[in-house]
Amino acid sequence: MADQLSPELLVDRYRLMLKMRFHEEAIKKLFTEGKIGGTTHLYIGQEAVAAGIITQLRPDDFISSTHRGHGHMLAKGGDLKPMLAEILGKSAGYCKGKGGSMHIASIELGNLGANGIVSGGLPIAVGSGLSAKMRGTDQITVVSFGDGAANEGNTHESMNLASLWDLPVLFLFENNRYAVSTETSQSMAGSMEKRAAGYDLPFVQVDGNDLEVVHFAGNEAIAHVRSGEGPYVMQADTYRIEGHYYGDAMVYRTKEEVDEWRRKDPIDRVENLLQEREILDEGGIAEIRSEIQKEVDEAVDFAENCTPPPVESIFEDVYTEWQS
Amino acid sequence: MSERTLTYREAVAEAIAEEMARDERVFLMGEDVGAHGGAFAASKGLFEEFGPGRVKDTPISESIIVGAGVGAALTGMRPVVEIMYIDFIGMALDSVVNQAAKVKYMFGGHARVPLTIRTAFGAGRGNAAQHSQSLETWLTLIPGLIVVMPFTPYDAKGLLKSAIRNDNPVVVIENKLLYCASGHVPEDDYLVPIGKAEVRREGTDVTVIATSRMNAFTAAAAEKLAAEGIDVEWIDVRTLKPLDMDTIAASISKTHRAVIVNEGHDTGGFSNEISSKIMDRCFYDLDAPALRVAAEDVPIPYNTELENEVIPAEKDILSAVRKVMEI
Repeated sequence: MADQLSPELLVDRYRLMLKMRFHEEAIKKLFTEGKIGGTTHLYIGQEAVAAGIITQLRPDDFISSTHRGHGHMLAKGGDLKPMLAEILGKSAGYCKGKGGSMHIASIELGNLGANGIVSGGLPIAVGSGLSAKMRGTDQITVVSFGDGAANEGNTHESMNLASLWDLPVLFLFENNRYAVSTETSQSMAGSMEKRAAGYDLPFVQVDGNDLEVVHFAGNEAIAHVRSGEGPYVMQADTYRIEGHYYGDAMVYRTKEEVDEWRRKDPIDRVENLLQEREILDEGGIAEIRSEIQKEVDEAVDFAENCTPPPVESIFEDVYTEWQS
Repeated sequence: MSERTLTYREAVAEAIAEEMARDERVFLMGEDVGAHGGAFAASKGLFEEFGPGRVKDTPISESIIVGAGVGAALTGMRPVVEIMYIDFIGMALDSVVNQAAKVKYMFGGHARVPLTIRTAFGAGRGNAAQHSQSLETWLTLIPGLIVVMPFTPYDAKGLLKSAIRNDNPVVVIENKLLYCASGHVPEDDYLVPIGKAEVRREGTDVTVIATSRMNAFTAAAAEKLAAEGIDVEWIDVRTLKPLDMDTIAASISKTHRAVIVNEGHDTGGFSNEISSKIMDRCFYDLDAPALRVAAEDVPIPYNTELENEVIPAEKDILSAVRKVMEI
């Protein structure tokens, strides 16, 4: 029998995944209503990856996230209210309204930042790993990156240096199949497995839409990294149900393909497990869903009613003040 | 007792050594900075003193040299990273511009990036087009960065120590031809403040504002001009960003004439930045337009004669000053 999460943990992760999903659904709605500017990248369909891995980190561990990073932040302990306030550009947001969806960060929570540059977080994660090693702690850093980032030089420089210096970094390759509109088969030669082998790094590939599989493979990867044995590469195969950004016409893929992946929805799969194992019945599931929905609705309400940042704040936080 | 003199490169190494001894969070990494002592011997002796744990040779991977510096800085360290030639910073520009410079602001202030990026610039060595550039304006363009260019060994040490103690990303641009220059460097623990220009010669007729090695030409030109009866006030900019316009404006209010000397190209070089700020602030103090001395708008050629024609030299300063005095 495959490894199973305890009923408590399964329910806990289920709640988190719902929080991610409803958070993104709320953003879709706000975007449609014209309340969100710029662009926003939704994590819908990939929830099992962040919920399976990042939840296993300690508060003092670090993550380095991507432009599709809302799920990572929630999994690292992010609160819905400052998340949504940030996405609405309010001063109560995690970045005082100056970062927005693509730059959500909290050094306090160990999130070194979502990143608008697809491979921009990898060198930062390697530096964070170097720092932990130099400071003599057993903190680890998990860096998420996608199939787009996989082909930027940063990814190779990062894997090479992390391997060379045995740094405590888990490279979490979330292959969601599309770099904007370009399918992985059109952008990636070889495979991540071979690339990892090229840098002498241990590698595992999992179904990223299966929470338990992600959890247990992640558990091993995290233990390896924490033990000081060096970095690890984990590939989670998943699918970006929404477009690259909200509003993407998605001419590059068929409705049938999207529907096929909708049938593999990671949240549906957890709901099935909860029922099969008689942890929750339909009523119990409906109750949790409505609880989380309420939490998200309250956060939206909070965020919408927050004050926008004062205009004078544009000159704040460019530099940390110095004496000489 | 005679004053202690050090070369510019020795001053750099001493600054790093002192800061590493003072603060265990400080470490150095870059290409060939270890046992080799750096491409310009500016980290000589550090590997022997502090060992491979704190003086780290990296692969030739500029993006991660800076990017890992950002990650380490965000998580409690104070890295000093080296990009061997400023010409190579193109390979690292995302880490400098989109990461180091922006995280504090993007994160709403909840981050500090105490990162020092050392690099070397400048022509005059026959290094040709990809190892000779003055790319400081690529960096001065970016809010969130501090950019300094020391001229004397004294400033090379004092500005670098200030950079390492600063909680922002600071780019310290050293000059390759100045590494051998000697000058007075006290043994005591001094800092040179970031953001302050230095009036190196007081004068009454014309203000010559120079950066880095151009100061050497300015000094020589000022002596010759004095013999002609032109009294030059010479300002060494030292910090390009933030630029000390107070010192420049105060001088121009006295001399009413200005010449700006920078090794960067005529188009887009830092001389233009100083010139436009003078226009903003000192227009009514000027008796003549501020003139610029800059490199030609061509890549730096290999042949020494051609190279010398392209980059500014003493003769160009002499003719610019004479010209501005005639207007």
